[in-house]
Amino acid sequence: MDNKIRLAVVFLAALTLAACAGGEATKPTVEDKSLGTGAEPSGAGARPGVEGKALDTKADMAKDLLGKRRVHFAFDSSAVDDENRAIVEAHAAYLAANKNIKVVLEGHADERGSREYNLALGERRAQAVERMFKVLGVSSDRIKTVSYGEEKPIAMDHNESAWALNRRVEIIY
Amino acid sequence: MKKLLLSIKFFIILILASHAPLASAILTIEITQGVEGGLPIAIVPFGASAKDKPPLDIAAVVENDLARSGRFTPIDKKIFVSRPSDDRQVVFKEWRIVKAEALVIGSIQPAGQGRWQIDFRLYDVFKEKQLAGYSYTESGDRLRSVAHQISDLIYEKLTGEPGVFSTRIAYITRERAGKAFSYKLQMADADGYNPTTLLTSAEPLMSPAWSPDGTRLAYVSFEQRRPILFVQNVIRGSRTRIAQFSGINSAPAWSPDGTRLALTLSRDGNPEIYVMRLSDNVLTRLTDHPAIDTEPSWSPDGREIVFTSDRSGKPQIYRMRADGGSVQRVTFENEYNARASYAPDGKSLTLVSGEKGRYHAALLQLSGSVLQTLTDTPLDESPSFAPNGRLILYATERAGRGVLASVSSDGRVRQLLKLQEGDVREPAWAPFNRSTSHNKE
Repeated sequence: MDNKIRLAVVFLAALTLAACAGGEATKPTVEDKSLGTGAEPSGAGARPGVEGKALDTKADMAKDLLGKRRVHFAFDSSAVDDENRAIVEAHAAYLAANKNIKVVLEGHADERGSREYNLALGERRAQAVERMFKVLGVSSDRIKTVSYGEEKPIAMDHNESAWALNRRVEIIY
Repeated sequence: MKKLLLSIKFFIILILASHAPLASAILTIEITQGVEGGLPIAIVPFGASAKDKPPLDIAAVVENDLARSGRFTPIDKKIFVSRPSDDRQVVFKEWRIVKAEALVIGSIQPAGQGRWQIDFRLYDVFKEKQLAGYSYTESGDRLRSVAHQISDLIYEKLTGEPGVFSTRIAYITRERAGKAFSYKLQMADADGYNPTTLLTSAEPLMSPAWSPDGTRLAYVSFEQRRPILFVQNVIRGSRTRIAQFSGINSAPAWSPDGTRLALTLSRDGNPEIYVMRLSDNVLTRLTDHPAIDTEPSWSPDGREIVFTSDRSGKPQIYRMRADGGSVQRVTFENEYNARASYAPDGKSLTLVSGEKGRYHAALLQLSGSVLQTLTDTPLDESPSFAPNGRLILYATERAGRGVLASVSSDGRVRQLLKLQEGDVREPAWAPFNRSTSHNKE
């Protein structure tokens, strides 16, 4: 019964809309002018081919780290632990050596807590990586930071392993 | 006979709302926890002639409205002894038999040119007295609005407080669009009907906030791949960019007089709370602390602003004067407290409170700092009060999807509002439409 009423309401709205075709538009629509930069996670995943070597050289390890483009964090924290520090340092070294490349650091949070606080937390994480980059010789005019807070999760589940993946800074260049 | 005054302004809003894009999915309401002991009320189906069937069962909409409020228990129509639609047909004894304390009757008749005349009367069964009687003449597409206004009148007559059935809510939806998502800013009637899409974007939208006159929404949009603040007129659809400084531009909150917007900017390096005067966009910085300061919300008298800060190490709620002075911490229970907003009477706050990884909608009485958790779901967000202070609307997660939920401020009545597909989040309850206040004698 209720559904029928709803259908009727929608149908009436359709009729009114049709009767009023050519009326002024009331909603601006945002065009997506993106070029595929920014939000799309890119370049992640382990590099095949490293396994099976008898010994990794220093250069191999750096290459392996460069394949990792995400820096992960503990809950409500912007501290970079040793494992993630190695990733940041590898990218900083590469960027210090390739001065024409610009980098975007995109900060993200997991879904827990409030959205606006998480937006601030994502920025703080991006800035933490930015500070390390600067110390390691990447000039600030080549670094852009942006926070998406909890708005762009890469793992859609609502559990600890998804949250761990979503608390991140993406290094994009 | 008394009539409701409808302003032209409100009329226009509803006209536009009826032109909602058809793609807008309707939020459906599910009562997840009812309550015993509401006022027993008999709502008789409105009388209509057999050949002129009205397009809407007005009595059914009124019954749903009143039942959802938790303060009324509609009586089953099957046990009605009679079905009066006119004053002369009312026999109070018949209503005392079915234990009704209040009785609603009415009629709906065609009034020509697609219009309908709706009459209704509300009675006190024990005093055998009419409490209200109104007549409306409206077009067929306005009958749902008439029904909500009847519900508001009944609610106010019997509880002494204004109803919120004629108000609207805004919210953000997220739906799959191929590999990506489509985000929408929408508004709908408080019961989920008449959804209107105000903005569609391929990038996230956040933090809708109503102006006190209900004509504008401030919100955050990532359409330029960073958080930028807009204010959009919901009647005309036009919008202006309010803040696009480097860093975060977010957390808009209107001053109660509508002349200023509190907001969070990180243009100086870390998130601080500012106030923007909307007449000339002049900014005043209110906080200056290396911690995160965000989520401002004005007290109803405009004298104070509460906000979230992690200056103690974890996010907690602080209160300051509206000029930024006299900062005091107000939450001490639980390790995480954020996103506070005031009740309409200014005596309490609703907020997100977290402990041991679970985040609930909660209520904080400002006198005595008593924190009461209102929910048992672990991922609650964005709670805010209905304009009459009786309900708190918030976002939560159910079966892996974002849904809206409401809980009465005494915690007794709970409802879910969900979409057929996709997620819905960040509800914002519009203020009372002052121009539709009832004309009393």
